[in-house]
Amino acid sequence: MTVEDLRRSPLASYPGVTEIPFLTMVNVRVPPTGDAAARISARLGGPLPVVPNSVVEAGRRHILWLGPDEWLVVGPDGDRELPGMLPEAVDVSANRTTIEVRSRDLLEHGCTLDLHPRAFHAGRCAQTTIARTQVILWQTSDEPVYRLLVRGSFATYLADWLSDAACS
Amino acid sequence: MLLISCPWCGEREETEFHYGGQAFVSYPADPESLTDEEWAQYVFFRDNPKGDFAERWVHSAGCRRWFNTVRNTVTSEFLS
Amino acid sequence: MRLAQGGEIDRTRPLTFTLDGVEYTGFDGDTLASAMLANGIVQVAPSLYRQRPRGIFSAGVEEPNALVQVGAEPSLQATTVRLRAGLVARTLSGVGRLTPEPEQHRYDKRFTHTDILVIGAGPSGRMAARTAAAGGARVILVGAGLPELSDPSGNVESRGPLGGIGDELAATQLRVLTGATAFGYYDSNYVLVAHKQTLWHIRARRVILATGAHEQPIVFENNDRPGIMLAGAVRKYITQYAVLPGRNAVVCTTNDSAYATVAALVQAGARVTVVDSRPIPPDLAPKGVEVISGLVTNTEGRHRITAAAVTTGSTQDRRIECDLLAVSGGWQPAVHLFSQSRGSVRWNGQAFVPDASAQANRVVGAANGTFDTRAALIEAAEAAVEAAAAVGYPVAMPPLPAVQEREITPDNPVWLVPGDPANQFVDLQRDATVADVRRAVGAGMRSPEHVKRYTTIGTGADQGRTSNIPALGVIAEALGTTPGELGTTTFRAPSVPVSFALMAGRDRGKLHDPIRTTPIHSWHVTNGAEFENVGQWKRPWFYPKPGEDMETAVLRECRAARTGVGMQDASTLGKIEVVGPDAGEFLNRMYTNAFKKLAVGSARYGMMCKADGMVFDDGVTMRLADDRYYVTTTTGGAANVLDWFEEWSQTEWPELAVTFTSVTEQWSTIAVVGPRSRAVIGLVAPDLDVSNEAFPFMTFRETTLHNGIPARIARISFSGELAYEVNVSGWYGLAAWEAIHEEGRPYGITPYGTETMHVLRAEKGFPIVGQDTDGTVTPHDLGMSWIVSQRKDFVGKRSLRRPDTARPDRKHLVGLLPVDPGQLLPEGAQMVALDAPTTPPVPMEGHVTSSYRSAALERTFALALIRNGRNRIGETLRAPLGDRVIEAIVTEPVFYDKEGARRDG
Repeated sequence: MTVEDLRRSPLASYPGVTEIPFLTMVNVRVPPTGDAAARISARLGGPLPVVPNSVVEAGRRHILWLGPDEWLVVGPDGDRELPGMLPEAVDVSANRTTIEVRSRDLLEHGCTLDLHPRAFHAGRCAQTTIARTQVILWQTSDEPVYRLLVRGSFATYLADWLSDAACS
Repeated sequence: MLLISCPWCGEREETEFHYGGQAFVSYPADPESLTDEEWAQYVFFRDNPKGDFAERWVHSAGCRRWFNTVRNTVTSEFLS
Repeated sequence: MRLAQGGEIDRTRPLTFTLDGVEYTGFDGDTLASAMLANGIVQVAPSLYRQRPRGIFSAGVEEPNALVQVGAEPSLQATTVRLRAGLVARTLSGVGRLTPEPEQHRYDKRFTHTDILVIGAGPSGRMAARTAAAGGARVILVGAGLPELSDPSGNVESRGPLGGIGDELAATQLRVLTGATAFGYYDSNYVLVAHKQTLWHIRARRVILATGAHEQPIVFENNDRPGIMLAGAVRKYITQYAVLPGRNAVVCTTNDSAYATVAALVQAGARVTVVDSRPIPPDLAPKGVEVISGLVTNTEGRHRITAAAVTTGSTQDRRIECDLLAVSGGWQPAVHLFSQSRGSVRWNGQAFVPDASAQANRVVGAANGTFDTRAALIEAAEAAVEAAAAVGYPVAMPPLPAVQEREITPDNPVWLVPGDPANQFVDLQRDATVADVRRAVGAGMRSPEHVKRYTTIGTGADQGRTSNIPALGVIAEALGTTPGELGTTTFRAPSVPVSFALMAGRDRGKLHDPIRTTPIHSWHVTNGAEFENVGQWKRPWFYPKPGEDMETAVLRECRAARTGVGMQDASTLGKIEVVGPDAGEFLNRMYTNAFKKLAVGSARYGMMCKADGMVFDDGVTMRLADDRYYVTTTTGGAANVLDWFEEWSQTEWPELAVTFTSVTEQWSTIAVVGPRSRAVIGLVAPDLDVSNEAFPFMTFRETTLHNGIPARIARISFSGELAYEVNVSGWYGLAAWEAIHEEGRPYGITPYGTETMHVLRAEKGFPIVGQDTDGTVTPHDLGMSWIVSQRKDFVGKRSLRRPDTARPDRKHLVGLLPVDPGQLLPEGAQMVALDAPTTPPVPMEGHVTSSYRSAALERTFALALIRNGRNRIGETLRAPLGDRVIEAIVTEPVFYDKEGARRDG
């Protein structure tokens, strides 16, 4: 048994929603231009996106624009290198968990963003609210597939809300 | 409900924002040198015009950036 | 009476319903009102105040009389209730009664965006929607009047035949909401639409309002009898529902539109007499129909109209027997939504019509006062072309259907016919008469807004659709002016009745507000914790053992923490990482005390004020590295503190290189508290030298727990006891908790909740921001002058010198010991002087902020904010509590271990 076996994700025992647990995440806050940004881009193998609410793929990781000087780098479960590789970064892997949703209709019950394909599509992300909680909404595919990155303490509420919305 | 344009994220619902009051009220360089009245002006007094008003907003549920804007307090129209 | 043929009802689907306990049959496609009329029922419940017989008056949202309770839902208009099998309705006299039973139906919300929103699905609205959608723009058409589509689930993204809109639009982005009502129009083209059990929030770039017009009544004596209806409604009952509301009809009109009703009545087999206000009525009636130039002045009949009195200009007055009086006083454009959008209206001599838009919208057709069909269609098409171009999906002007033009005889508007004003009804629903309006004017009311509030005219479920204009006419006449000079009252949302259930949607029960839980929550549930709401968090309050009440459980938990070892889930504390070379300088400016020189590996308690010098938040901050701090905040203050940091960093000191990242859920925090805590931590973290020398108070160490979990352990105490805080990744929160609980078992480790935490800290006189403070309390008031740096500036510092803030006799945080050690002061209790008078005014000395029973003190005690409290130590005060009084002695706020001997174990 390894220490990883002791991990428990917020929705580990929640049936009916698709949780992608234990993604590795770090928050990066540096000026968008300058040495630090350049060094980080080089280290990650992809530029820190400067287009608001866009996502850049960098190998097995994704870089999400959160603000003009703020990004979220998302790696797979077990990406042990990521938390320590950027001196400016803050490890936020356990801060949020990830729920996958495959219905725009479902989200429109509680999301005020315009999710029509003309306005939002794969490769876009947004910090916004769904129902009464904040999320990072990230569309990964045009099918559509969305990822909702939600604070661990709100995960059960959001799962409850999504499950209930799915009954409509 | 207002649709407010965040300089970074574009148009979002008013519920994603917090209001920050009058813009361009700077923290005094040396508070200790101010009279009580001058300090009270800074802490407690703000303009409340009918019409165009330079004010601050923050996209609190989004990118968390503060920005200045001019809003007409009668029509709620954002002019900048 | 149901006609043998015609109408848009489905005669193959009869529906049985119950009204006032009697069973009837209607058809699918009926409203409750049309089904009632089909069964010969025109009379409804008597009027609200005067108990006068009333009948169905209209065929839509303007209905003032036919209010019903359907099941549990009160105050619905029978004219807007769609008939369904098994419907049970009861007629209401003006007011309904809400049921206390929980709502059984499911309601929901939808948020959507569109390029163009068209409201109203009459000919103009359909023309606008069809035209606008052709270029590919996203278009939503909202209409109450469209036939139901085959998909009963909600007509979302309908693609089939659309009520005459046509299949050619199947591939477009047109969405049709049928059976829907737009009732609220807010800023930035935000429109709320009630659509069955869904509340649509629609944000549109352009709005086209094709909301039609409402027919106006004519106010004559006894104009409220059953059998008196709006002429357009009579036509709608005949043509849409195949119901003939009366066989022997008088049609009284001021305009051409009622002649369509005349034709429909004649075709349905009714006998008709027309009374036209115009000196020379147009030649529009079918052959054989008598047309009189004149006005109806009065009516007869008790439960139904039996005759109408008619005055004519030239010939003798007439009395015409009838069972139906159809009235048309002209048409008022439905400007409710336009007016809500802050569009202005102007009086055109007959009605208020839209004037200037305040938002990106246009009004077309009858809603714009354009009553000629062809002109209305052109207007609608033009508006659609303009809107489509504006949103980037341009279209060409469509071909217009040929509509026969005819000559129009100008209206001769009449609002009021001379008669007894006490029986001339202006607002049928509010039972308000011409006499009431004149009384209001006589009492000095001049503005229609004042008259509205004085008489309640226009405040009913019909929102004054048939009463505003007549009321304005009467006010104008009384004041010798015109309705145009007076202006209308303000239109406000909702423009139709909307149920609370629809507004609430699914935000009920556990979805009403988010419930936040920690990674350890399941353990607390399994182990029988009672929970307390702290902000949105569910925190364990206490853990009762079988047979224990709260008091016993808390005393036990407190004893364990003071004499053995206890543990608490403190994961709800707000946590922020502050990063950057200027992090220390920034925190120095935020906190009353200094952090710049805090050693790496050490922790410090800090307090923050707002600019007014009042305490805002507090917590312990650790320095992780030269350029990195780990700040904790109160449970409820986390988001506010982060916002506060961002505000000052971004708006005042952008030159400081410092950033903030919330890590509240990244870390689970477990407090291990009590004289035996060192032993437990030693077992859980075997690599750690837990001796006081190696690991002193207010320091922290990074280590690995015995099961491999990385941990940051700090020596922090909120109880005065030897204590540790174990911080682990949220993923490991539960496992770490279980490990500590397991290792602590030999020491009798006792999980405790927020109540015990409160008692322990209060015994030490540690305030809780938000409980012992309320935004009017300075650090000095709390007796914490030691935390206020004199050497640096910080936000709020200058305020502490303001004369009022610096007063020596402000309210101070002090202790209170009830004279009777068994009596517990209620939190919030006001304290008064011992010799204070017992009748008001009684000078208040302050109030109790915290109050508990203490296991360690073996008595009750309290904290309180007391005027000049620190200078009144030893004084006895009283808490008058209704039928009893508790006396208490003012003390220092620290009750336990005053010398602080216990924190090192």
